[in-house]
Parts: sequence; C-alpha cells; structure tokens
Amino acid sequence: MHRDTPGRRIAASVLTMDAKAAVESVFREQSGRIVATLIRISRSFDAAEEAMQEAFAAALASWPVKGLPENPAAWITATAHRKLIDRSRRERTQQDNQDSLQYETEVAKQPGEEENEENFMHLPDDRLRLIFTCCHPALNQESQIALTLRTLGGLSTPEIAKAFLLPEPTLAQRLVRAKRKIQDAHIPYEVPSALHLSERLTSVQAVIYLVFNEGYVATAGDQLVRGDLCLEAIRLGRVLRELLPREPENLGLLALMLLHDSRRGARVRGGQLVTLEEQDRSLWDRAKISEGLAIMEQAFTAKPVGPYQLQAAITALHAQAETPHETDWRQIAALYERLLAFQNTPVIALNHAVAVALSAGLEEGLNRIDALGASGELDNYYLFHAARADILSRMRRLKESSVAYQQALGLAANRMEQEFLARRLATLECELDGRIDPGCSDG
Amino acid sequence: MRYMFLMYSQEIAGGPPPEEIERLKRDHGAVVKEVTEKRILLAVEGLKPTTTATTVRMKEGKAITLDGPFAETKEQLAGFYILECADLDEAIEWAKRMPTGCKGGPGCIEIRPVAELPRVS
Repeated sequence: MHRDTPGRRIAASVLTMDAKAAVESVFREQSGRIVATLIRISRSFDAAEEAMQEAFAAALASWPVKGLPENPAAWITATAHRKLIDRSRRERTQQDNQDSLQYETEVAKQPGEEENEENFMHLPDDRLRLIFTCCHPALNQESQIALTLRTLGGLSTPEIAKAFLLPEPTLAQRLVRAKRKIQDAHIPYEVPSALHLSERLTSVQAVIYLVFNEGYVATAGDQLVRGDLCLEAIRLGRVLRELLPREPENLGLLALMLLHDSRRGARVRGGQLVTLEEQDRSLWDRAKISEGLAIMEQAFTAKPVGPYQLQAAITALHAQAETPHETDWRQIAALYERLLAFQNTPVIALNHAVAVALSAGLEEGLNRIDALGASGELDNYYLFHAARADILSRMRRLKESSVAYQQALGLAANRMEQEFLARRLATLECELDGRIDPGCSDG
Repeated sequence: MRYMFLMYSQEIAGGPPPEEIERLKRDHGAVVKEVTEKRILLAVEGLKPTTTATTVRMKEGKAITLDGPFAETKEQLAGFYILECADLDEAIEWAKRMPTGCKGGPGCIEIRPVAELPRVS
C-alpha cells in the first residue's frame, strides 16, 4: 500500500513549487555572477552559458527531491563547473592530436573530482570583468547592449528582442557576432588598468543609461514606456555601484535613473502622454525619490562632479517641487550650464534655453532657442520644435506656436508622442479660433 | 596572439613635408625599437604609394592585370606591422603609438588578428 495520501501529495507539490521558485529566483538574482565566473574559467561565453543552463536544469531535477542546497548559487556554479570539465575531457578525447584550446587546459588544471560548492562560496565577484568585456569599445554599442543584457542581466534572447522591437534572429545574430569577436580578437576578460578605468567606465555607464532610456522613452512603437527595461537598467546600475562604489558617476547614474523612474507611473494616463507640468505629482514614487536623493548627495560629496550627477541634480529639482510653479528653474538653468561644459550638444543647449526661458524670461529663452535652430542641426529633432512651440504659446504667439507644433508632429515617431502633439495643436487651434474677433486678431 | 596593424593614410602628391618625415621616422623608430626589445616584432614594412600598385584579378579563369590599387578609397594602405600581443587591449595600446600620416594625409590603423591555421601533421 504505497498510495499517496492527499496530504503527502500536497506537500510534495508545494516542495516542487518552492524548488522551482527557488531555481527561478537564483537565476534572476545570481545568474550574472555565476556566468561571469564560468566565463573566467572556460574563457568562452558559449561554453559558460551552456554549462550554466545545464546546471539549472539539474537543479530543477534535484532540488525538489533532495531539498534546497545551503548555498544555491554555489551549487549551480559547482555543478556547471563539473559540466565544463566533462565537456573539456570529451573534447580532448575527440581531438587527441590537436592542440587543446586554452580553456580546456585551464579547466583541467582545477582539482576536478574534489570540487564542491564550498570552494565557490568565497570566489571573487567576476561581474566586473564581465561588464567591461561586454562594453568593450571594440564592440559596437548595439552589441554591447545586447551582450550586457544577455549575460549580466540574464535576459533571454527573445526577451531582449522583444524589448528592443527587433526580430529575434537579428538579435541572436548580433550576440553571435559579438561573442565571436571577443573570442577571435582576444578581447581580454579583465578589469581595465587604473589608467584606462574611467574612460572604459564611461562606455559601461552609457550602455546602462541607454537601456534605461529605451525603456523610459521608447523610440518607436505603441508604448511610450517599457518599465521592464527601466527596472533592468536600475538593477544593472545597482550592480555597478556595488562593484565600484567609489566612482561618483556610478552613484550619479543610479540616482538619475531612480529619480526619472519615480515619475514613470504619472507619465502616461489612459494611454496618453502627460507632460511633467501636467503630471499628478501624488502619483510619483516617493520611495524612489528619497532613495535617489540620498544617493545623489552621496555622489556629490564623493566628487568629482560629472554629467550623470548634474543630470540627477536637475531631475531632483523637479522631483522636489510640490507644484510646477515651485520648480527652481534658475537653479536648473545653472546646472544645465555646468552640464554644457561636459557635453556641449545641441540637445543640452536646448534644455538650457528652455530653463532660461522659464527663469530669466521667455523672450531671452526664445532667442537662445532660435539661435540654436540657426545651425540646422536640430531641424529633425521633434523636441526642438515642441519646445519652441511651447515657449511661443506661453508668449501668446499662437500662430507661430501652431506652426512649430505641426513641424514637431511631422517628426515624432512614437504614437503617444504624436497624439500628445496633436492634442496640443487642437487646443491651440481652438484658442486661435476663439480669437477671431476684431478686438483680438492682430494678424 | 598575432595581430596585424594595417596603417592607412591619405596620399598627398609628393608625400609628407620634410619635417613631417623626420617626425614619422622618429615615432615609428621608437615603436620598432621597443617592440624589438620586447621580442614581439614579427614584421614591419612601409609601402610605396598606390601609383606603383598593380592589381591582378582572376576573371573567368583568366588573370587580368590592372594599373592601380584594388579599391579607390580615401585612405590607402601605407604599411603594416605584425606584433605578438597578449590581447586586443595590448594591441590597441601599440596602435595608439603608431603614426598614421605616413603618406602625407591623416589616417588610421586597422587591427586584425591573424588567423592561426591548423598545424599540418
């Protein structure tokens, strides 16, 4: 008589569920760290990923029966390491007379049989090597992003493809090429020397911020915000802060993302884009704001000040204003001016001009905007026309404003942004119609 | 790993001015001296301008000989190094030190890992 009682069946299924959930949570939390270590051992992204996947499959089979190991991440790493050793042995037998690849000998040097999870509990964190290799300047930025999300972020290829609205084969191809280049050109798996660290760190920060921005302001498609990408970027930003906590720009970047993200829930209402000025500020995430502010202060004390810190400070001033009227535009203009010293781009100059318009005076701001427009560099940038339109409408130059909104509308690629501009334009035209009376019309 | 450093330079008729030639000699000389001492130099050569180039192309089983370089690009191959480097980062550091104005105009360095052919047994 070995029939399961209902009680035992439930207990077993709960255990299965727990084990499955544990496997998933270990994957989510630790796969970046595990794969980073396996790449160091195997010197191969593919071998490391494959071994890790096999180890997670083994965990799904073993944990429900034997229970959770004391240190699940170490268990996965040790199991994956054994798989790497098995694989290298198999390959060595197959190609006896050929030179063995470097990683095989590396693996063989390890005391294979005696490996146990204890050995992996005090391993150095290899994620820093991983992130610098993924963001190596010899890879193009698209590949840097894909590889970082795939390895460090633990996102699957379909997940990344979906997030960037790309066909899966395109993304898979991108990953294959990047991994092949790392292998073939011998891109080192190392933390750069102190001499090159800050320069190389810039490209790591840029990748993380691009992921965030792609989530925050989707450049194409029907959705304005893709929160999953924002959260992933913040997670990566936390990893970077954990790995290099003394770099003030790492703190600045994390603060900036948290402060922006605090407004995510208020930026879209009923499927429509809501501008900063019109947002319901009670919807802002206070916890994120206070965390962002605290990290930002830490960054500014650490010095030197860099562009992410300045942008965080600007975002913080918006976050701290209870109403749009209380926004400290004078301070924001001053911060943009400092930012221009780091990044003298037309887009930042445009933001500066808007802040000047809202603090020093609309006329002066508009003059600056028009001076920027004269170069023609911003002709195809919809926010240039939208900003100009906004200032013009505040100056009650409604006809010119309407023309500028139309130009912006013609350039915006995101559906929600288009709808927002169309609404603005409609409001403006109503106002214009209302003014068609002898008293108001001045041509 | 062996890396080839392909030096490209815009060609200016008559080549670089004399004082530029002195600088090129000095800078390449410094790199050559150092890589020789480190025993990582496998080859280094400069090339004559593309006005001396001949291109041979096989077409339908026949070799066609043409005057000039195979591609009309702004920057032309001016010379090369082959060095033994630990990894791409080391190679990039050497490339930063190689002058690129060898033919008078501005240029760049392309780093290519040498394909290691399987040993013939």
